[in-house]
Amino acid sequence: MTTLQATTRSYVAHEYPLWRRLLLTRETAIIAVLVAVVFYSIGNVENFDGPLTLTYLLLDTAPILLIALPMTLVIVTGEIDLSVASVVGLSSVLLGVLFEAGYSIPVAALVAVLAGVACGALNGFLVAYVGLPSLAVTIGTLALFRGVAAGLVGTKAVTGFDDRWTDLATAKIGATGVPVVMILFVVLAIAFAFLLHFTSFGRGVFDIGLNSEAAHFTGVPVERTKLILFVLSGAVSALAGVYFTLRFGSARGDNATGMELQVIAAVLLGGVSIFGGRGRLHGVIAGVLLIGVISSALRLEGVTVNVTNIIIGLLLVASVMTPSVLAALSGLASRRNNRGPSPSSAPVGVGTQER
Amino acid sequence: MSQPTPATGPAAALELRDVAKAFGAVVALRSGSLRVEAGSIHALVGENGAGKSTLVKIVAGVHRRDAGELLLDGRSMDFGSTAESKAEGIAVIYQEPTLFPDLSVTENIFMGRQPVGAGRRIDRAAMHTEAEQLFRRLGVHIDPRRPALGLSIADQQIIEIAKAISLDARVLIMDEPTAALSGVEVERLFAVARSLRDEGRALVFISHRFDEVFDLCDTITVMRDGSYVDAVRTADTDVDSIVAMMVGREVGDLFPKTPAEIGETVLKVEGLSSTGEFHDVSFEVRAGEIVGLAGLVGAGRSEIARAVFGVDRYDAGSVTLAGRSVKPHDPRSAIRAGMAFVPEDRRKQGLVTESSVARNISGVIRGGLARAGLLTGAAESRSAAPWAGRLEVKTGALDMNAATMSGGNQQKVVIAKWLATNPRLLIIDEPTRGIDVGTKAEVHRLLSELAGQGMAILMISSELPEVLGMADRVLVVCEGRITADIPRDEATPENVMRAATRSSQEAAS
Repeated sequence: MTTLQATTRSYVAHEYPLWRRLLLTRETAIIAVLVAVVFYSIGNVENFDGPLTLTYLLLDTAPILLIALPMTLVIVTGEIDLSVASVVGLSSVLLGVLFEAGYSIPVAALVAVLAGVACGALNGFLVAYVGLPSLAVTIGTLALFRGVAAGLVGTKAVTGFDDRWTDLATAKIGATGVPVVMILFVVLAIAFAFLLHFTSFGRGVFDIGLNSEAAHFTGVPVERTKLILFVLSGAVSALAGVYFTLRFGSARGDNATGMELQVIAAVLLGGVSIFGGRGRLHGVIAGVLLIGVISSALRLEGVTVNVTNIIIGLLLVASVMTPSVLAALSGLASRRNNRGPSPSSAPVGVGTQER
Repeated sequence: MSQPTPATGPAAALELRDVAKAFGAVVALRSGSLRVEAGSIHALVGENGAGKSTLVKIVAGVHRRDAGELLLDGRSMDFGSTAESKAEGIAVIYQEPTLFPDLSVTENIFMGRQPVGAGRRIDRAAMHTEAEQLFRRLGVHIDPRRPALGLSIADQQIIEIAKAISLDARVLIMDEPTAALSGVEVERLFAVARSLRDEGRALVFISHRFDEVFDLCDTITVMRDGSYVDAVRTADTDVDSIVAMMVGREVGDLFPKTPAEIGETVLKVEGLSSTGEFHDVSFEVRAGEIVGLAGLVGAGRSEIARAVFGVDRYDAGSVTLAGRSVKPHDPRSAIRAGMAFVPEDRRKQGLVTESSVARNISGVIRGGLARAGLLTGAAESRSAAPWAGRLEVKTGALDMNAATMSGGNQQKVVIAKWLATNPRLLIIDEPTRGIDVGTKAEVHRLLSELAGQGMAILMISSELPEVLGMADRVLVVCEGRITADIPRDEATPENVMRAATRSSQEAAS
């Protein structure tokens, strides 16, 4: 009779079999679309399978891939960081200014990344501890960081970086055509995937996004978690800024302007909910690559950038709409199935709206 | 469907007969009856959960009744919305008025029905004049041009009343209007209420304060467990008989409290204060002891519990658990010291409903489940399964969302989550609110058993029988202070209710 001793029930761990949990997901759908677009492009787009396509595609998307990693975690908590591209710009300018002042690239890069940490800490402090909305805070720091960057160098650009370092930024791994920067990305991707999906910290990230109050009541350090994520976002953005500068050999205050929206678009395309609580890192990576592949293929086809933007915009809207449409359809189906005796409290008129 | 007028005298301004309302499986109102005459003030009293609010909401058109009759001046009514109820001259004034803070007092009174002049422009002058007339009639001095922001709760209520009068409301229902008012403000509200009565309107006054009820009201209707108990003339009764009617059921045998050996002090709270919430709260809970925290809704019970656990801040005082000082505003410190907290609102605070059963149950202890730094879903399921089993949580699979479960099962998940931490002190706020009778008994048996194993339990409950049946000791909270500390064998519904309703505070302590 006593509840604490009787273990009368046993439980299955999962509602659905493994294949269903793996295959019927938003992430799988994005990966499938990515694979389809790649194969279609190889077959139909001239030069898509050429040696340089992959290299340039990855070189171009590397900063977005990098920043999308912490951005995913930030968005999963229900927050957003719009200041990332400005941190790229600030980091780029710092690298240039310090290099001009005679510091070596590693030292300058370290300072730039530390500046990114400081930027992220400012965002995180205002959001987590002061309690301001991240949308407002990071719109503000977007302007602030960009302003500081522009102030440091004005309209000029710092160039003439060491060939050793600029070459490294565009170097390929052996004869593969895959840029070296991908090693950095893969290492960080594994680290972030581990953090989000295989640690108690990551579980807390999801809990905060789903129900921040319940997370607080369960002992999840809500403020500290958010601070850490904004700091990571700042640090990785600054790292992306160092790469961006060396890749183009130019440190400018307006580097990567507008990149925050490309990053957020790719994260949402990858299946992360803008309301927080949902998303997986492999979907995000597929989302970034999907946008990269589509842009690359369309460019090879000679399609203008404007048309490319229209297509990617439509794709994003469609991807955001799909879950709602599916939910509405299944909701309609279930309402048809269990239309029992209508309770007297049901709003008048529901019965007349059925199709 | 013409309703026969009752044989006894003329039709009442408002009459409800055997009104019932259920929400799903939960019956909020079984058989509510109320008869309010024009030109009188009628009190509606009962314990928390007696069905008063549901009854009011049916009259206000918020809920639609499942059964029974609602008569207005003898005419049968069926309100589908609050607008329909208002159109018939019913006004409800809630404890917390909902004014638009940035609009002026006048604009709030005439919201949605502003008088228009030439060219359909709002006629501000006419509005202000009318507002001034209303206030003069009520005998209050409020500048109609000032914004609602910054007005005291009392003034906000006066504005709601002015609004009701400008709508020519014949029935005014005030749901605990005095809960947030000071003595002077209460007097002014009562003066207004009396003048409205003398104009021939019908007033319903809901309050937990008996001194006010007896001061203001002509008749009293008592409700209990969703049903009408009796209606009496104030002149013919006294506080004791009303309290007896409110609680009047046998308690004790419903709740299987087994005596446990009471050990050393586990929780020690000293001088805990939080401005506006509670003041100088000190108490102890010992191993094996169930301490019930009783009091009215809003007395500060949950706020005290939340501050003890550290989810809320407090201004002064200290919390010690088994000799270890617990850091203020740090739930993690409380958890480390061995505290567990099942909060009041399980959907908002207790659970992440959109997360799986396994993740919820392992939510507090998951840090320790990682192997070589790797926390897997499999480890979470393995850890959660035995706890789900011990509490007999009913779910199809451990990875199903907690949102899909019934309230009782969700509560079991919350309890399982905290028992998994192997706590020394369990704070449980409204352990059985909104859960079915069977699960209720299971939860009670579980609490009794945990106490038997030496756990210290602090239980907050608005259900008096639950407190009296389960607790070894009852602490009564009234307006943010502990007003009584009553041992199990001395605790009666009467002395707990007395301590909880300021009316005769000193008698209980």
